[in-house]
Order: sequence, then structure tokens, then C-alpha cells
Amino acid sequence: MTDSNYDEILQLLRDRLSSIASSEIIITAETNIISELSIDSIKLLNLIMEIEDTFDISIPINALADVQTVHDLASLISRIKSNH
Amino acid sequence: MNLLEKLDAAAAARKAMLPEGVGAFGIPIEEVYSATEARIGERRVILLGTNNYLGLTFAPECIQAAHDALDAEGTGTTGSRMANGSYYGHRALEREFAEFYGYCTGIVFTTGYQANLGTISGLVSRGDTVLIDSDSHASIYDGCILSGAEIIRFKHNDMIDMEKRLRRLGNRTANTLIIVEGIYSMLGDQAPLAEIVDLKNKYNCTLLLDEAHSIGVLGETGQGLVEETGLQNEVDFITGTFSKSLCSIGGFCVSNHPQLDQLRYLSHPYIFTASPSPATIASTRAALVLLREGKTLRRQLWRNCTQLYDHLQKAGFTLGPEPGPVIAAILDNPRQALQIWQNLLENNIYVNLILPPAAPDGKSLVRCSVNAAHTTEQISYVGETFARLHRQILDTDA
Repeated sequence: MTDSNYDEILQLLRDRLSSIASSEIIITAETNIISELSIDSIKLLNLIMEIEDTFDISIPINALADVQTVHDLASLISRIKSNH
Repeated sequence: MNLLEKLDAAAAARKAMLPEGVGAFGIPIEEVYSATEARIGERRVILLGTNNYLGLTFAPECIQAAHDALDAEGTGTTGSRMANGSYYGHRALEREFAEFYGYCTGIVFTTGYQANLGTISGLVSRGDTVLIDSDSHASIYDGCILSGAEIIRFKHNDMIDMEKRLRRLGNRTANTLIIVEGIYSMLGDQAPLAEIVDLKNKYNCTLLLDEAHSIGVLGETGQGLVEETGLQNEVDFITGTFSKSLCSIGGFCVSNHPQLDQLRYLSHPYIFTASPSPATIASTRAALVLLREGKTLRRQLWRNCTQLYDHLQKAGFTLGPEPGPVIAAILDNPRQALQIWQNLLENNIYVNLILPPAAPDGKSLVRCSVNAAHTTEQISYVGETFARLHRQILDTDA
């Protein structure tokens, strides 16, 4: 997926995730959010609330069960945003 | 990583947080002396980390009722409520809970956890939405997950945030269940129920209030926040537990909607488990009578809550926004929280330690639970010990 909507979301996620991640690694689309960035579930849920406000959307917690990488999360947000 | 290696990794993470020999979680209680004292190791400690808010664990009326039920009906029902596990006592307790709240019906569950699990997963399903406070108890989160409904969180007690999320749901609000708690277990603060009811009505949702920590504690007769605010006619479903002010184990849901009874046929946490033992039901029925008549106990409880809250506030601790039976000292640093917890135990005081990510916003909590049976002297001693530890640990670090 390379549309501008997705790219904008991916960049935003990379910025936000690097500000809360415990480990200092370069975040790419393929970075695993939980195992590589050591972000606990509460921090991730709080980040989701911020993103919901940024795009004025609702992201159900259940949908996060399939999210592993930054790309997965960006795709999910992009999909919800398009359907909104 | 295979299944066992994942458990090893979790164990290593826990070990890294807690130094060798510090058993902050699942601490063994060797003997219980009263509602406020027990033995941990060789220490006789003040219990300030239990949910025994009215101090009724040794109430003679409850103990006698449990003894009588054991003699008359045996140790267990050995069956589900759906099969052979609905004795006279189970049905009587359901009627008594419904009558206590002035509602038409009630259901008893085997644990408080299952009361939320069974009620939520029975009320909503795939295609519905649950809107929950971000500080909700794990039983609420798990009930929502089990239901298959879409789960949306709002910021803790933030009504502007809650309305924003309701607005985004559009016409799905009619199939939305809002879930809030009377008193939240982490910081001990209360839900702004009147504002929540206004939003529930404005957006035509259904409201479930969990009174686990507030039953026995709030309201003239101890119904909880619903009675304290006079909003019995506005709340659709109330859940609660027997394991706090009622001093046994089990849970309930009451409602003025007769449809609640359908949960008996579709709620797995109600159907696929054994019903509470006769002794548990009997002691809970006796405790409910004491709770309703417990104005004096509630007055004593609130005196103790205010006394401890004032002590800790004066000592310089950051606390939750209001006094209540749950009083949490909020710390930025888990190492400091652990140090304070250990020092309290060495000074014969048992409280709860909550480390991230279990505590909100990445903080750590040293959490006290006050009860009506604590003496003024016990509360003073605890307050003075906290103040000394603030000077020794937090002031030194600063």
C-alpha cells in the first residue's frame, strides 16, 4: 500500500512510536511494535486514543489483536479512515 | 519462541522488576487474627491491603449462617445453576439483591469476575459496541472481549472525551453499552455518574454500573454510587461482588429490565460453572442484612478514610483525587514504590504494590484499603510510618 493516506499515517506512527519506545532502534514499517520496541499494552492503548483524536475515528481494541508491525497498524488506521 | 520459552521470558521480566526474595505478589498470609491483623512470616501485621471495607469477615452472624448451611446442605452444590445448583438460598439471595436495589430481578454468579464476564457477554455480542473507561477492571475488559462486541475506551472519568467517542459512533449508539465503575480500584475515585447518565440519555445508550468497590461504602443503605447520587431509575444494570464489603466470594447483577433473566440461558460464565457453595450463599445473605443496616460501620469507615488520606496528603504523597476506602500513593518510580512497600512491611504494615503496566499512565502505586474495623491508633501509626518513609526515601531522592 503506497497511497498518500497510508504514507502520512505511517510517518505519524513512526514519530509517535519513537517518542514512547524504550529501545532506540530505527522504526520502519516492518518493525514489530511489542517485541522490538518494548512498548507495553497500556502505552499502546494510550497511543491509539491519541491517534483516534488526530483522525477523528474510532479504533476498536479488538482490531488490535491482528496488529504486530507498524505497517499492520498503519493499514488498519488507513482502512478505518477510508470507511469513515 | 515456544510456549514454555514465552513463560520463561515473562518470569525473567518479573524477576528483573522485583529483586530476589521480595514476594510482593501473592504474599503468604500464615494466620489471620481479625479483620485488621494477620501474621506474615514472623510478623504480626496491620492488614491495609484487603477489600474488607466494613470489616465483617469475622461477623458472628455471617459465621453462624455459614456453619448452619454447611451442616444442613453440605460443602458444595456440585453443579451448575442450569442443572442441580439452584438451591433455595441462591434464589432467595437473588430476590434479596433485587429488592435491595428496588429492581425487578437479579442473578447471582459464582465470582465477581464472572458477574462482569457473564453479564457483559450476555448483553452484547458481535455488531454491538461497548464504551468503557480506560481504568476499567480486568473483568470488564475480559467480558467485553468474550462478547465479541467492538470495544472503545474513553479517557478515565473524562466526559468530554466520552462524548467525543459517542458522537463518532453515529447511529450505532442505540446498540452501545456504556460501562463504568462506582469507585475505581486503582486510584479510589468515583465515576461522575450524573454526567454519564445525561450522555447515556442524550445518545440513547444502555448503562451498566459496576459497584464492586462501592457497595457497602456509598449511599444511605450501602447500595453504592447509584444510591449516593439518587440515580437508581437511570442505571440499566448494576453488577457487584461479594468479595469486598460482603466478605465472601461471588457476584451479582440486578436490573429493572426483566430481560436480564435471559442471561441464565445464554451466558456461559453463569451456565458452565458450579454454583456458589451453600455456606457462601448463607454468609452473604447474612452480610447483606448487616450491610443494609450498617450506617455506623460506614461512618466509621469514612472517618478512617479521611484520617488516612489527610495523613498521606500532609506527608507530601501524590494521591488519587478524593478520599475513599482505596487510597493510592502515586509514584513515578517503581524502585521507590518497591522500597516504600518493603519498608512498610518491615514496619508491620501490609499494603498492595502495583507496578507498571498494571497501574495507570506508567505510574506505580502503593495502595491502601481502609476498613471500618481499623482503630484510630492503627491509622495514626500507618500515617506516621508513611510520613517517615516519605522523608527517608522520596525527600532524599529529590
